[in-house]
Amino acid sequence: MGVVENLRQNAASSGAAARLREGGATAGRGVRTGLERMHDGWARLPRGARIALTVLLVILVYLLPLIRPPVITTQQIDFGGVMFGVAALALVAVGLNIVIGYAGLLDLGYVGFYAIGAYTTGVLTSLHASWPFFLALPVAVGVTMFSGLLLGWPTLRVRGDYLAIVTLGFGEIIRLAVTNLGWVGAARGIKDIPHPPNIGPDPEPPFGTGGLFNIPALQWDGLVPSLDTGRETPFLVFGAVSAVPYYWLVLSFLILILFADRLVKDSRVGRAWEATREDEDAAELMGVPTFRFKLLAFALGAAIGGLSGSLYASSQSGYINPQSFPLLLSILFVAAVFVGGAGSRWGAVVGGTLVAYLPERFREFADWRLLVFGLALMILPVYRPEGLVPARRTLRARAADKEIEHLEGRDEAPRQVV
Amino acid sequence: MNRTTRTWRVGAVAMAAGLALTACGSSDDGGGSGDSSSSGGGGSDCTEQNLAFLGALTGDAGALGVNMTNGIQLAVDEYNKDAECKVGLKKFDSQGSPDKAPALATQIVGDDTIIGLVGPGFSGESLATGKTFFEAGMPSVSPSATNVTITDQGWTTWHRVIGNDNAQGEADAKYLMDTVKAKKVYVVDDAQDYSVGLSTVVKDSLGSAVTGSDQIQVGQTDMSAVVTKVTAAKADAVFYGGYYTEAGLLVKQLRQAGWKGTFMSGDGSQDPAFVKVAGQAANGAVLSAPAAPAPADFAAKVKEATGNDAGLYTTQSYDAANIFLQAIKDGKTEPKDINDFIGSYDSEGVSGPISFDEKGDIKTSKIYAYEVKNGKMDVENPTAIE
Amino acid sequence: MNFSFLFNNIIELSITGLALGAIYALVALGYTMVYGVLQLINFAHSEVFMYGTFAVAWVFVLLHGTEPATQTLGGTAGLLVVAILAAMAMSALIALLLERVAYRPLLKRKAPRLMALISAIGASFALSELMGLRDRVAGWFGLREALGPYVANARDIYPNPVTIQPQTVFTIGGYGVKDVDLLVIVASLLMMLALDQFVRRTRFGRGIRAVAQDPESAALMGVNATRVIRGTFVLGGIMAGAAAAFYMLKVGSTRQNTGFIFGVKAFTAAVLGGIGNLRGALVGGLVLGVTENYGAAIFGSQWKDVVAFVLLVLILLVRPTGILGESLGKARA
Repeated sequence: MGVVENLRQNAASSGAAARLREGGATAGRGVRTGLERMHDGWARLPRGARIALTVLLVILVYLLPLIRPPVITTQQIDFGGVMFGVAALALVAVGLNIVIGYAGLLDLGYVGFYAIGAYTTGVLTSLHASWPFFLALPVAVGVTMFSGLLLGWPTLRVRGDYLAIVTLGFGEIIRLAVTNLGWVGAARGIKDIPHPPNIGPDPEPPFGTGGLFNIPALQWDGLVPSLDTGRETPFLVFGAVSAVPYYWLVLSFLILILFADRLVKDSRVGRAWEATREDEDAAELMGVPTFRFKLLAFALGAAIGGLSGSLYASSQSGYINPQSFPLLLSILFVAAVFVGGAGSRWGAVVGGTLVAYLPERFREFADWRLLVFGLALMILPVYRPEGLVPARRTLRARAADKEIEHLEGRDEAPRQVV
Repeated sequence: MNRTTRTWRVGAVAMAAGLALTACGSSDDGGGSGDSSSSGGGGSDCTEQNLAFLGALTGDAGALGVNMTNGIQLAVDEYNKDAECKVGLKKFDSQGSPDKAPALATQIVGDDTIIGLVGPGFSGESLATGKTFFEAGMPSVSPSATNVTITDQGWTTWHRVIGNDNAQGEADAKYLMDTVKAKKVYVVDDAQDYSVGLSTVVKDSLGSAVTGSDQIQVGQTDMSAVVTKVTAAKADAVFYGGYYTEAGLLVKQLRQAGWKGTFMSGDGSQDPAFVKVAGQAANGAVLSAPAAPAPADFAAKVKEATGNDAGLYTTQSYDAANIFLQAIKDGKTEPKDINDFIGSYDSEGVSGPISFDEKGDIKTSKIYAYEVKNGKMDVENPTAIE
Repeated sequence: MNFSFLFNNIIELSITGLALGAIYALVALGYTMVYGVLQLINFAHSEVFMYGTFAVAWVFVLLHGTEPATQTLGGTAGLLVVAILAAMAMSALIALLLERVAYRPLLKRKAPRLMALISAIGASFALSELMGLRDRVAGWFGLREALGPYVANARDIYPNPVTIQPQTVFTIGGYGVKDVDLLVIVASLLMMLALDQFVRRTRFGRGIRAVAQDPESAALMGVNATRVIRGTFVLGGIMAGAAAAFYMLKVGSTRQNTGFIFGVKAFTAAVLGGIGNLRGALVGGLVLGVTENYGAAIFGSQWKDVVAFVLLVLILLVRPTGILGESLGKARA
């Protein structure tokens, strides 16, 4: 068992990975998924085509709430608003993925950071000062990051499941504290949090929309699109008429964070996280200051949670209250990461998207949504234990695992796992 | 039991409407149709006109929203009976959550056929969506959101046909002092927006009669610390600001500890479920609400039109819908005209006289005290608190 | 901060705190045992408890009717015994179901450990929602009318029609100790003692300890791990069922989300005492119950949960494996 573990780690994190992966792909039947094949096909494309396709895809994603494609457009609830929620949860999932997926720290209180980001923004822009949004945003991120350090410093010495419950407690403490502290508005919450600044003339409520020009959305009659002038988005007004500008803002931050995430993950830091997650003692022995890297993951994750919270606070309603940050939300965040595949950047995006989107798409089954969600969470681990978009490292490790088992001649031997 | 059958029926209606709309390829602009139970329009010269409802139709407080839509539906049906251009009702289910409501608000303001909003149902979602409706110029009349601060926001399109928590809190304090003749009142609330607002007014009005106060949390089930505090303070009355679940548990555990004083709570607890939770401990409890029971003939009409019993807020919803319908009758179509019409509205509704002050609050409202007797809330004979 | 209130009422606060703590402890046992054997946070254990509370209310509706009544503990003793047994049976059944549906398939497929937690979270949602939609489910089978009083207002709070009026048994320091509190504390302690002895002295208990220490060696020594795991779930379920009955005795009503809130507390109790440790669950539960009450007295009831969680964080920082941080496997016979 110990030898196997070691072999697996070496295989996963060294140059031998590529070789083993080839071997594993043949030995471990069905490990090469459709996704893997898609990835290989993508890699064979010329660089220019890849960039062009990516840009096209990104534009498409930006325009999604204006195109309003049939079937996926939500009919009973504003599609732009739903897409804002989707992008915001994807952002949260990407942040939490750093903590859970990369560093292997199970954080059940992530909503606490989300709340700190939102409340910092609310306090600075509305309740106790009137800072402009783009000044409050970086401060909110900074404060959240600092709170991540502050919380992580003592608690990251606690391992595994204890960490899970400590973070859970922390999330609850934050929520209860803002419920009870008059200085942050207590149960009343914070109202009138200003929107991000507009481009062009400001709207004049209640009966003037403002903006430089209006962008119409599409409407579909079957597969035939036409312009829908009744559903226009003033460019670029963060107001009440359209949620699309908020979506664009969050999406832009999401793309930025994805780039940053990639840089960090592929650096020395990312490798240190991986080593820490797989075997903390071994990593420490090899000279990785594991505590410091865990703290870094915690703080970075917290910062992204704070960013997301800050964007949420300044979104359409401009209103937050303690009930917006229940423990249940933390659980949903964690579920989003695992649904997508822990440790996988795109998995986090997919997981966040699904968890935010599906309940809104199927509003007609409102009462059954949570039940179905629960059942889905039970079924998923059985059929896709690595998540929907598994991290490539996980796949490699699994392939290597099979390879080793094959060599040891104990294929499919049942073993105590959970 | 009634509640669940009701919810079913609403679901069935919504689904049937959805199917019907798909089948006839509605000319709707692609928004908000799935939830509408009937579409406006009618005669050839008519443009489609709808009222919107935003509030909880499913979820833990879904029964209240169903009460409201029953009232609105009755008003709309009565209007459509002899109107050339029919008016429809589109329902938007927020589940009472301030998080769900904003996206629905955008959907409502993005729908050109909607000329006015009856709602939002609760205070939290009102605060979360008020800015959206204000910025988009959507006139609204809430049948049930009572938090004081909503009308302090300067949202000139926001109105309510129900007394706010200030009026209720003052009346409750008066009742405790004059009718109960309490000398020592212990005030408890559940830290929610509505509850803190209400209990603060009660505390301020009671002045030195307040012997102590405490706060619990929503979802808390063990009240032993509060019970110890109340009995130690030898209070002869407890005022609880909050909702029926915790209110029921609190009064029950107070009685179990042998406390004999008067228990009073506000409209958040004015629900038959309060009695169910507390059992016999509910006897003698007093629950106030800024609403009189529905008149018998009105209740019969609701039953006939919707098949459901009139409940809390049904009369207010009926009155709120009628304001918009009167505006349509008077030929108002632009949001600004409708909003001005609401501002100058002055008429007798089922729930009482209706006219608004400059903030959007109803000018006159009466608070009623309902007593629990013999394991039942006496809904027929409330005492008006003058 | 109101220390004089705390000191003036310390006996009452301690006893009511201990009663609640004893219930926490019983539920905590389920978390701790499953964790000891599988290293898994059985997130859905809270729903095992919740189903037990409903079993109690249903028994009273069945045997007493829906008419509200107030009775003394002695006056309803017969019903109560039936209710406790029903709650234990119901909770054990749900625990068994959980093991079968949510965990065994994962064990077979060697899913990563954290995925089992996700499955548990999913099971928790599903079970709680199923209870909240029981009227609809009954409707599928055309049983809604027949089951009327059991499924009505499925999402609303569901009370036990019989309110138990506690009686004073004896008085210490001016506080009359109530029979309900006394019963809850004594019965819980007895149940835990019985479980402790069961795990230490019986053959099956030895199996549990063996699997907790080293599953592979235990399997080599002929311990049927599957059976042991199943038995662990059932034992945890029985304890949760008893806890549910005591909870209904004290609180008197339940609803479909009762489990989630209570479960977080019970899990906190388990971690507080040292997860995987039976006696730790007891200590953790009692410490949590009493501390909460003291905290509520000093800072106000709204800080009750904050006090509980701050206590947890502080203890974990000083003793990273809980107060009694010894594992199930190391318990000596």
